[in-house]
Amino acid sequence: MNRGISYTQAFFTLLQRDLKIAVRHRGDIFNPLLFFIIVVTLFPLGIGSEAKILSRVAPGIIWVAALLASMLSLERLFKADFVDGSLEQMLLSPQPLQLLVLSKVLAHWLLTGVPLIIVAPLLAVLLHMDSNAYPALIETLLLGTPVLSLLGAIGVALTVGLRKGGVLLSLLILPLYIPVLIFATGAIEFAATKQPYDGQLAIIAALLVGSLVLAPFAIGASLRVSTN
Amino acid sequence: MTAQSNPPLLSASHLTCIREERVLFDDLSFEINGGDIVQIEGPNGAGKTSLLRILAGLSRPYGGEVLFQEDPIVRCRDEFNEALLYLGHLAGVKSELTAEENLNFNLRISGYAQFDPREILARVNLTGFEDALAGHLSAGQHRRTALARLWHTDCKIWILDEPFTAIDKKGVAELEELFIAHANNGGCVILTTHQDMGIISDDRLRKIRLDYRFI
Repeated sequence: MNRGISYTQAFFTLLQRDLKIAVRHRGDIFNPLLFFIIVVTLFPLGIGSEAKILSRVAPGIIWVAALLASMLSLERLFKADFVDGSLEQMLLSPQPLQLLVLSKVLAHWLLTGVPLIIVAPLLAVLLHMDSNAYPALIETLLLGTPVLSLLGAIGVALTVGLRKGGVLLSLLILPLYIPVLIFATGAIEFAATKQPYDGQLAIIAALLVGSLVLAPFAIGASLRVSTN
Repeated sequence: MTAQSNPPLLSASHLTCIREERVLFDDLSFEINGGDIVQIEGPNGAGKTSLLRILAGLSRPYGGEVLFQEDPIVRCRDEFNEALLYLGHLAGVKSELTAEENLNFNLRISGYAQFDPREILARVNLTGFEDALAGHLSAGQHRRTALARLWHTDCKIWILDEPFTAIDKKGVAELEELFIAHANNGGCVILTTHQDMGIISDDRLRKIRLDYRFI
């Protein structure tokens, strides 16, 4: 019997399946996005609409909201597959587990990270963010949100077997998100005052490359522990 | 038979399993060769599923090890996974996907590139339901969607946890015939079930009994 599936094909098979399931379960895509939009729009109501204050806090608000929205959507990364047994099948598949895990994380980022990046500039207008800072906002989100998905997936993989893993999940991964948050908001603030922000971007890029290489192994190992 | 000269396909050596501070079994050793159909017997809670999960490499035993052609499965995971087909209690069928999409995904992720999903689904009597969402199928049809992959596989080792659940009598008979054909081809089937099997005769069926222990 022909077992001619290449690694790339296996990767895209899983990616396609996850995207298809998400499209048929549309609430899953809109929930984090709505959360993001609502949190950001509530801030001007709470602290007043003065442009000076808003533009000062805008990077922080957008990034913290993005971080929470990403965490909100993390839990179902492996949960559904764990509950219906597909995760076991993935662990027993002859394809490398790291590859499959990376495909699932990419699907998660496409579904939750990319929509955030698309609406973020609109929300930045709402918060009177300095127009010099727009490129920095997009760049930090582009580099930073995949890091959130990758690091978050490690936490989800560790807690997927627990019945109430939600609280533990936030405790586990929020500290890991802090470096991304600090450098991203730092970069945006530098950009707003027309200073070079390449340094911060380079650090976020390094975090991305590092987690892209190492996180799949950690996620795979955690899943094996969780299903034990 | 050539099976005599080959090393055993799968062997358990001194397995011990402890769950919730209760010993389910200890020092359990057996060998399974090509051509064997093995039924794990025992009352509920005796550790049948735990044993199957250990044999499939999903759980680590408390003591002992599982060998695939004399190599510990933890050391030859890729080769072992290529030779293993495991179907657990939970079938790994996505209710958001249709029967055909489920089968396509399951086969492709196992590495098969070319197959005709409609023909395979016809073997499990799902003709006409190819495009129905698995969530809308009956329990038996749901189970059949998962079992369909048994009709397109070259895996030697089949580990099946309660494969007959929700399957009608005719379906059970078809599965039994498939198991016999698979065993005659040099494969092995390890399964649990509480149902009586009609076609696989008692001298063909090997039984491993686990007893409920109170220690």
